[in-house]
Amino acid sequence: MRTHKVFIVLTFIAAWEVVAVLVNSRFLPSPLLVGATFWGLLSSGALLQHAAVSLARVMAGFLLAIAVGLPLGVLMGWSPKMENFSVIIEMLRPIPPLAWIPLAMLWFGIGFQSKAFIIFIGALFPILSNALLGVRETEPYLVEAGKVLGASDSQILQTIILPNSFPSILEGLRIGLGIAWMCLVAAELTGLKTPLGLGYLIMEARDLGRADTVMAGMIAIGVIGYVMNIALKWMENRLVRWKP
Amino acid sequence: MITLDHVDKTIGELPVLEAVSLRVRKGQFVCLVGPSGCGKTTLLKCIAGLRTYQGEIRIDERLSQGVNPMIGYVFQEFSLFPFLTVGGNMEFGLKIQKVPRKERNDIVRSLIDLFLLQGFETAYPHELSGGMQKKVAIARALATDPEILLMDEPFVSLDAQTRNMLQKELLRIWQKTHKTILFVTHNVDEAVFLADKVMVLTRRPATIKSEFPIDLERERDRTSSEFVSVRKEILRELEEEYVEQVDKGYKGI
Ligand SMILES: Nc1ncnc2c1ncn2[C@@H]1O[C@H](COP(=O)(O)OP(=O)(O)O)[C@@H](O)[C@H]1O
Ligand SMILES: [Mg+2]
Repeated sequence: MRTHKVFIVLTFIAAWEVVAVLVNSRFLPSPLLVGATFWGLLSSGALLQHAAVSLARVMAGFLLAIAVGLPLGVLMGWSPKMENFSVIIEMLRPIPPLAWIPLAMLWFGIGFQSKAFIIFIGALFPILSNALLGVRETEPYLVEAGKVLGASDSQILQTIILPNSFPSILEGLRIGLGIAWMCLVAAELTGLKTPLGLGYLIMEARDLGRADTVMAGMIAIGVIGYVMNIALKWMENRLVRWKP
Repeated sequence: MITLDHVDKTIGELPVLEAVSLRVRKGQFVCLVGPSGCGKTTLLKCIAGLRTYQGEIRIDERLSQGVNPMIGYVFQEFSLFPFLTVGGNMEFGLKIQKVPRKERNDIVRSLIDLFLLQGFETAYPHELSGGMQKKVAIARALATDPEILLMDEPFVSLDAQTRNMLQKELLRIWQKTHKTILFVTHNVDEAVFLADKVMVLTRRPATIKSEFPIDLERERDRTSSEFVSVRKEILRELEEEYVEQVDKGYKGI
């Protein structure tokens, strides 16, 4: 299976090379050139600097989304009264995070806060609704089992409902982080105060007509997103050994 | 001792229990049999303090008010906490009661021995067979040493062999711990094998239809003529409830 996949990837790169040679345009650089550009950006440290700034923006919005989304989701899943508020969530949820960009720019300008806000919006809904579902779908007999063993309501929440919803909560974090990452790059494309970030790198390269740098930046974005996802999956498997 | 005096329970508009009166003496093993959907689970949950009701329920002469540490409960469902190990499940109630760790460990160890679960202390529920999960659920209920054990069709979803084995094990544990047990089932064979006294419930709304003291010597032989004849008698009582249900056009559950 593995060799199979490697073969497919190599074929794809070879086909790209062939097409690039045939088309012979500076807007379709060959994979070799993109690779060389990528390596250049990496070894000069520029790529890492851009990536670090982008990651910092993501983490700010993501942590804020956790701080707001987790307690809210748990509360809404736990209390039938609070659950009525999910109407508002359902109304806001279908709006794509990127549609918030203009409003974010009006409210926060084009600086850090504006990016963090977009990411916050993108990550909030999966985090909130996975926490809500995890809590709400805790089987009633687990709660009753806690009750007959003498647990109070808050003990039931802490020692039964939260651990039982943990896999769902983690899943929400993973999805939220993925969306946050995608939102960030898009938000960076719309303008920045500080000339740093992977989105900025791409836009600047476009202005210079450097398709190879654009592609190198795209690859960096893809790789980082992929690694974050794998890392969180790995964490999930380590932390939730009790799942069948 | 458990005493119920004219206990009524209505869920929404649906009368589920009607004037249920019964008594389980200290150390007695009583089985309740009744058709599916008649209100057996509801009755047990009322006694456990998990449901409201009208009428009187007394535990050792004292009026029951809410959940009672003297009562252990084994659910009809596979109700172990999936995120806790076997040991973690067993000590849950002890932790709530703030029993110190050393004492908890001792209790868990003795329960592991009592239930022949050596080697599984750190296993998670999903790694256990259905029969073992049921044993852990019983052990979890016994950990805090309640005087009374309420059991809701604990062996219903197991194969016949496992079921028979667990029935014997339960009797062994009962004889060793002298608990008062109220055991719900819709399986008459199981009831006659286990109980000092079998009470038959009517179809919904449930009320006590009849009582059968089972004076057979333990360990009981399911094929003995006495066993078979009591079984037949109880089965006839129970079948009346099913027949009437069909006659009246109920769908049953
Ligand atoms: N929470 C509930 N809401 C509505 N109906 C219920 C509820 N719990 C039980 N019932 C009804 O009460 C009746 C008795 O249920 P139950 O006590 O579970 O029966 P059994 O355990 O004998 O099978 C059933 O008809 C069931 O549909
Ligand atoms: Mg039931």
